[in-house]
Amino acid sequence: MNEIIRKKQLNPSVTLMEVAAPLVAKKAEPGQFIILRVDEKGERIPLTVADYDREKGTITIIFQIVGATTEKLNHLEEGDYIHDFVGPLGRATHTEGLKKVAVVGGGVGCAIAYPVTKKLFEQGAEVHAIVGFRNQELVILEKEFETHSSRLVRMSDDGSWGQKGLVTDALRQLIESGEKYDEVITIGPLIMMKFVCQLTKQYGIKTVASMNPIMVDGTGMCGGCRLTVGGVTRFACVDGPEFDGHEIDFDEAMARGTTYRDFERRAREETCNLFREAK
Amino acid sequence: MPNMSKEKHPMPSQAPEVRNQNFLEVALGYTEEVAVEEAKRCLDCKNPFCVSGCPVHIQIPHFIREVAAGNFEAAYQVINKDSSLPAVCGRVCPQESQCEGKCIRGMRGDPVGIGRLERFVADWHNAHSTEKAEKPACNGHKVAVIGSGPSGLTCAGDLARKGYDVTIFEALHLAGGVLVYGIPEFRLPKSIVQQEIDKLQDMGVKVETNVVIGRTITIDELMGEYGFEAVFIGSGAGLPKFMNIPGENLKGVYSANEFLTRINLMKAYLPDSDTPIQKGKKVAVVGGGNVAMDAARCAKRLGADVTIIYRRTEAELPARREEVEHAMEEGIVFHFLTNPLSISGNDGWVSSIRCQKMTLGEPDASGRRRPVPVEGSEEDLEMDCVIMALGTSPNPLIKSTTQGLDTQKWGGIIVEEETGRTSRENVYAGGDAVTGAATVILAMGAGKTAASAIDAKLRGQEMP
Ligand SMILES: Cc1cc2nc3c(=O)[nH]c(=O)nc-3n(C[C@H](O)[C@H](O)[C@H](O)COP(=O)(O)OP(=O)(O)OC[C@H]3O[C@@H](n4cnc5c(N)ncnc54)[C@H](O)[C@@H]3O)c2cc1C
Ligand SMILES: Cc1cc2nc3c(=O)[nH]c(=O)nc-3n(C[C@H](O)[C@H](O)[C@H](O)COP(=O)(O)OP(=O)(O)OC[C@H]3O[C@@H](n4cnc5c(N)ncnc54)[C@H](O)[C@@H]3O)c2cc1C
Ligand code: SF4
Ligand code: SF4
Ligand code: FES
Repeated sequence: MNEIIRKKQLNPSVTLMEVAAPLVAKKAEPGQFIILRVDEKGERIPLTVADYDREKGTITIIFQIVGATTEKLNHLEEGDYIHDFVGPLGRATHTEGLKKVAVVGGGVGCAIAYPVTKKLFEQGAEVHAIVGFRNQELVILEKEFETHSSRLVRMSDDGSWGQKGLVTDALRQLIESGEKYDEVITIGPLIMMKFVCQLTKQYGIKTVASMNPIMVDGTGMCGGCRLTVGGVTRFACVDGPEFDGHEIDFDEAMARGTTYRDFERRAREETCNLFREAK
Repeated sequence: MPNMSKEKHPMPSQAPEVRNQNFLEVALGYTEEVAVEEAKRCLDCKNPFCVSGCPVHIQIPHFIREVAAGNFEAAYQVINKDSSLPAVCGRVCPQESQCEGKCIRGMRGDPVGIGRLERFVADWHNAHSTEKAEKPACNGHKVAVIGSGPSGLTCAGDLARKGYDVTIFEALHLAGGVLVYGIPEFRLPKSIVQQEIDKLQDMGVKVETNVVIGRTITIDELMGEYGFEAVFIGSGAGLPKFMNIPGENLKGVYSANEFLTRINLMKAYLPDSDTPIQKGKKVAVVGGGNVAMDAARCAKRLGADVTIIYRRTEAELPARREEVEHAMEEGIVFHFLTNPLSISGNDGWVSSIRCQKMTLGEPDASGRRRPVPVEGSEEDLEMDCVIMALGTSPNPLIKSTTQGLDTQKWGGIIVEEETGRTSRENVYAGGDAVTGAATVILAMGAGKTAASAIDAKLRGQEMP
């Protein structure tokens, strides 16, 4: 049982929670994630460690309300408890020796991109954060990116925030204007990461993508999170979640991600109805 | 005068066509009368071969004598000296290749139903015993146990009984290991496992779920800042194998571990569970062990037509005999001497599996005859779900986060057999983490061995 210390709505569909989890907070590093269950009958879902406070013993998670579980989670308030909370899982992002990096984030993926950006920035690297959202309403963590990057490029699909266009357009411009990155780190929707990786492959820039396949245990026991990377099967929860973006089979990952779409749609509707009736 | 009937008393069970639609326990257990009659079939041999077949050497004729005399609690106490999980082992041990396989009565007719009697005795005890497990006086020594499967539970129980301050660390949200996430409810009701865990907690054992050793806390930290004097690793062999054939990552292909975890741990078969499971209409299960039988029978209960694909013959099936019989009775189809080559898909989902016929050739290193492909025998079987039950190996997480812990190439932790001692001072290991996927009783035995070795070591330190 882990107490929710702070809750903040970041935009209409994205929520931040700071959760008391001293053991996890002691160890967590950017790139790692936790798995939680909201209640006794709940599903296990993975969420990235968006921030941690070792002294206070808290972990911050930022989640988008996409289905039944995130909907239920969003109904918990400060002072409520999350039934199970385990971590930190997965490997931490490799940041050692990086001098100049572009971090490319999209949508709620920016919540995952932020801790890496911050860590790189704090260790003295030159970090260009390229973040994209569908529109201004969905923007999260703008201030945090601003204060923890050497350069922030804002992109939106409809031009209501920053420049109009895709994050790949911005990245291409930067590369073509002569910026030389040791590495590109990309986190966001699969389709976005796929195109970021295609782009950087053309320029031969090493790229790391943070994958978010469906998971159950998160300890390497079920194989549900498997991906094909460089022709080999890898488990995202223990071998990842970050992999060499030029080696990932994104199309397969996108297909596998939709396995439970019908079930999820029904489950979300039921949950929403439940909360509506309760009101 | 012993009962000389050649036949074991049949186990009352749910009818196949009823039970293959529910997840309730299949075998219902002997009544007192039947148990006494079955016990009377035992010849109380002077030189009981059955005992040599039991990995933990339960005093079988002794406990059966007590059953025959109607002293069920006394029978329990006999078993309890050597086994801490009789309600589990009575249900899941491969008796035909262990105790019952050696029973003299098996030479002519059925062996004595040792497993069924053991189960009866344990269930009787659990139903009738009112005494609460006592909390022994604490001896002040702290021991950590990693993993809450049969090896960890047994090691923790034995140490707690000796007064150790024991904490079990479990990665999942529920304790029990394979007993809760792998073996289905219809074979091993989860309430039985919970009862065992409750007993440990009554004895003062602490169970910390949601802690992944190697991630949340490392072994070095357990032995350093946390002050544990010894550690037992009972982390099992949970890493699933795949065949690496084309199409294995299509939607609708599961590892048996994932399929069973969704069903048993997450209860995806119940309408109020949030965890989804694909309910296939035509399901292929690849493999022939207990895991394959369990996956097949779960899929059947979710409403599918199920086919087991196994590359050797019925005689080589490594599963418990009783499970194979139950699976057949429940309408599961077996394709023996068949091996998958590839899986095809439609729209990203499994649509068929291509298999090849095999014949048995020369014996291989394991002594079993090696399956050899028959050229030109390929056939496509229409399926919408494929479950891979090809075995598992130890998870590398603990090895990779613990310096100086030696393992075999395939991942098994190397230990001294008599003690369970690893290459790290005061770190012990046992169960599937050492042997690779094996059995509940062997894991339990290893937990016992390590507990007495840990006790000897820690007492030795205290009184040199
Ligand atoms: C390593 C990792 C880190 C993640 N970090 C974050 C994060 O920081 N913030 C955030 O908002 N989301 C994150 N996700 C995704 C998050 O886990 C899913 O959004 C969540 O599981 C959806 O649950 P649900 O029941 O609300 O929705 P569902 O109804 O289950 O699903 C809605 C959508 O989420 C996808 N999804 C469902 N279950 C999972 C699952 N177990 N894992 C991944 N995707 C799933 C589905 O394919 C579907 O597109 C992460 C996923 C992974 C694997
Ligand atoms: C589906 C299935 C059916 C089976 N049927 C039978 C049968 O009929 N008869 C029989 O005798 N045997 C059977 N077996 C085999 C038997 O269950 C195992 O041999 C036995 O459970 C091994 O016990 P263990 O204690 O070594 O490990 P496990 O039971 O595997 O338990 C290990 C525990 O450790 C936890 N763990 C792992 N890593 C960590 C970590 N880093 N930190 C914290 N915790 C960790 C795991 O989550 C797990 O709970 C079956 C196995 C399966 C999978
Ligand atoms: S523990 Fe297993 S092998 Fe030993 S007597 Fe009981 S059923 Fe037989
Ligand atoms: S071998 Fe069979 S008959 Fe003899 S003591 Fe053992 S169970 Fe009884
Ligand atoms: S989530 Fe089960 S193996 Fe990765």
